[in-house]
Amino acid sequence: MSGNMNLTLKVWRQKNAEQKGELVTYPVANISPDMSFLEMFDVLNEQLITEGKEPVAFDHDCREGICGMCSMHINGRAHGPNNGVTTCQLHMRSFNDGDTIVVEPWRAAAFPVVKDLVVDRSSFDRIIAKGGYISVNTGNAQDANNLPVPKVDADKAFEAAACIGCGACVATCKNASAMLFVSAKVSQLALLPQGKVEATERVQNMVRQMDLEGFGNCTNTGACEVECPKGKIILFSENFFSEMRRNFFLK
Amino acid sequence: MTLDAKIPAGDLDKKWEKYKSTIPLVNPANKRSLEIVVVGSGLAGAAAAASLAEMGYKVKVFCFQDSPRRAHSIAAQGGINAAKNYQNDGDSVYRLFYDTIKGGDYRAREANVHRLAEVSGSIIDQCVAQGVPLAREYGGMLSNRSFGGTQVQRTFYAAGQTGQQLLLGAYSALQRQVGLGNVELFARHEMLEVVTIDGKARGIIARNLINGELERHFGHAVLLCTGGYGNVFYLSTNAMGSNVTAAWKAHKKGAFFGNPCYTQIHPTCIPVSGDHQSKLTLMSESLRNDGRIWVPKKKEDCVAIREGKKKAIDIAEDDRDYYLERRYPAFGNLVPRDVASRAAKERCDAGFGINKTGEAVYLDFASNMKYKYGKQEALVKGIQNPTEEQLHALGKAVVKEKYGNLFDMYKQITGEDPYEMPMMIYPAVHYTMGGVWVDYNLMTTVPGLYALGEANFSDHGANRLGASALMQGLADGYFVIPYTIGAYLSNEIRTKAIPTSHEAFVSAENEVKERINKFFSIKGTKSVDHFHKRLGKIMWDKCGMARNDAGLKQAIEDIRALQKDFWANVRVTGEANEFNPELEKAGRVADFLELGELMCIDALNRVESCGGHFREESAETEGEQEGEAKRNDKDFMYVAAWEYKAPNTFELHKEELKYEVIKISQRSYK
Repeated sequence: MSGNMNLTLKVWRQKNAEQKGELVTYPVANISPDMSFLEMFDVLNEQLITEGKEPVAFDHDCREGICGMCSMHINGRAHGPNNGVTTCQLHMRSFNDGDTIVVEPWRAAAFPVVKDLVVDRSSFDRIIAKGGYISVNTGNAQDANNLPVPKVDADKAFEAAACIGCGACVATCKNASAMLFVSAKVSQLALLPQGKVEATERVQNMVRQMDLEGFGNCTNTGACEVECPKGKIILFSENFFSEMRRNFFLK
Repeated sequence: MTLDAKIPAGDLDKKWEKYKSTIPLVNPANKRSLEIVVVGSGLAGAAAAASLAEMGYKVKVFCFQDSPRRAHSIAAQGGINAAKNYQNDGDSVYRLFYDTIKGGDYRAREANVHRLAEVSGSIIDQCVAQGVPLAREYGGMLSNRSFGGTQVQRTFYAAGQTGQQLLLGAYSALQRQVGLGNVELFARHEMLEVVTIDGKARGIIARNLINGELERHFGHAVLLCTGGYGNVFYLSTNAMGSNVTAAWKAHKKGAFFGNPCYTQIHPTCIPVSGDHQSKLTLMSESLRNDGRIWVPKKKEDCVAIREGKKKAIDIAEDDRDYYLERRYPAFGNLVPRDVASRAAKERCDAGFGINKTGEAVYLDFASNMKYKYGKQEALVKGIQNPTEEQLHALGKAVVKEKYGNLFDMYKQITGEDPYEMPMMIYPAVHYTMGGVWVDYNLMTTVPGLYALGEANFSDHGANRLGASALMQGLADGYFVIPYTIGAYLSNEIRTKAIPTSHEAFVSAENEVKERINKFFSIKGTKSVDHFHKRLGKIMWDKCGMARNDAGLKQAIEDIRALQKDFWANVRVTGEANEFNPELEKAGRVADFLELGELMCIDALNRVESCGGHFREESAETEGEQEGEAKRNDKDFMYVAAWEYKAPNTFELHKEELKYEVIKISQRSYK
């Protein structure tokens, strides 16, 4: 096919959490611009397997930009050069023939490397377990339309809820802060009448866990907004931050 | 062995209500000493785990992803059905029940489907209480839209991210129980064997995917909430990791597999672009609310488009064949998925496809964008005599709000802007209606082993209607299993936790270990993906939308040969005791190779066209329905439940389907 590319990849290889890693150079040839970035990695891995070498481990699952599993730091940017997309939705037409592409895992103390490009993001789950919910048991609910929610609030809550928990915000923050992740969940729930009840307790418990996990503090640089693959969060991040701080100091 | 579906006696609309209040209860003190293993953390798994933990059971949850929030339910786009009748358009529990049975082409169990329709409303209540931000109208009330196969608006949604929002709701309920210490979470763990003791499921063997260690976990009951097996086709809309392994291990331990050949081919997916393709992406069915499907009427136009000499917008209105509206005037573009898929295949096979591969049709938003939404907005905004450009711009804003994320996704993948040019779509494997056979309690043929959500076979018959998968997953998890599991566990209160040093655990672990060692011992030359792709091609060509006797027989032979090739020539790199995605894939593909064979055997047995499958030997030959699928109720009104006997040997058991309330008729959407 015409327009196919030859590229040089520099990929982070690290056997496991204990051992030291390094960047290893691999050439890949004949890459179609219609491939996704991960499909290009499939080509690389197929090539490595044929050569009897171990393929590169990387996280991925849905490959349609919604599960939040893929997590590559490409040429110094979380999810690569384009705004508003995950790595799996980044296509090779964003690159040029002859490019050298550097691929690293998320780097943050709270996201230790498991292997190669795979990191452990269970710290996010533990933050949610401390309060990222509304305390309602199955079977306790009233009729859904008994609780009207103004469309403006519902829409805003929805924008906040668009977070896919990929961790790009943390990976790009110079403080490795989880502020965008936490404030998005806090805001989603605090904006809805059913979530207001425990808003203060929620934010305090989540922030305590966020600190325990080793995430840094927020210094309002806004870098997280730029790299968030769910662009809509960007528009509201300032509101989310203030919403979170307001709830935090409510008591 | 005769299959007993354990359907309660009594009138259909009273069965569940009455049965619910007769199921034995387990007292709170006993619940604390009863352990339940839940495999999978999607809608069914997360909902079940959270609900059971809230009730007081000790729950362990396993998922192969790094977090339960990644389960593939997250990718569902369009919506979730519920018989709320908020739109006052005549909807009711009965109508939802009826549409689902009819949509499934009269191959689903009446009692299960009625129960599903009954609890559908509670699901919406529950999700809203959890803070799931479903779409709302300006008055603050919930909004609805239409989906295929229905004539009412009963689908609730959150833009094109309904699955994500519902899953995050269930996930937060689950994490709440994790935080309270009622659920123990095992992420990056894959179940590789069911442990049975005295015929009952008593636990699992799981592999810790980070360090490769095999772990033994006891449970008084085991719930498989592991989703569907569409990835047997290699290319599907499923996530890369979606697999049949848990269900298949259960099958080999005695759980019957129901209707394995029932797969759903979704009509609106982005067409295949090349050999490198690793997965297919769905464009939500909800788009058919506003998009019209067409191909050119003249073949020369199709050829010109394929050669890049013409574009869709160059084709005059009169030269377009809106073939769904032409063939099915009553439902038009909103016919069920199976009908829409077959119609697209029919046009493309006849030479009217409009992309390079000849396997694509248009899904066009232009007319609704301009003349429906554009005009509406112009009226609202008081714009007199708007120009065509104004109408387009006004309508575009509305379409953006409704489907923005889908349009963005389409542009990312194809590099084309669907606001300006119609989308190109083609059918792709999306969902599997077949699955582990379960009774009314959702229990498999192995006592204590349950299957929920897409992993079971029960509610969708031979074709699933849109927005019904989310409904079923959550119904099973929130509102069915918490009750029905009591029927089993109330008899288990005297069973003490069995130590995992028990010989059954030891031998199950050894089986797993041997298999893993086998993979590494082959040291062949071909990658796991190589075999997966070849299997996918056989399945799609011979056991996809259209099937015939000779093709299926050939497919069975080809798959058996492929199995042999796999076990002789596969190369699995790395080691067992480390993070090793190649090893994970090898295990899954080995199971797909066995499942694929059973799917073809099942398809061969079912000599009728039904729901998603067109059996070429069984078509209407005359009258208004000429060329449409011909069902054979006399010979095939049963669930085919297959028992595993030995490698390549399966025995068929039949569960007759009895319709007490619904009058069987030919499905017509004309």
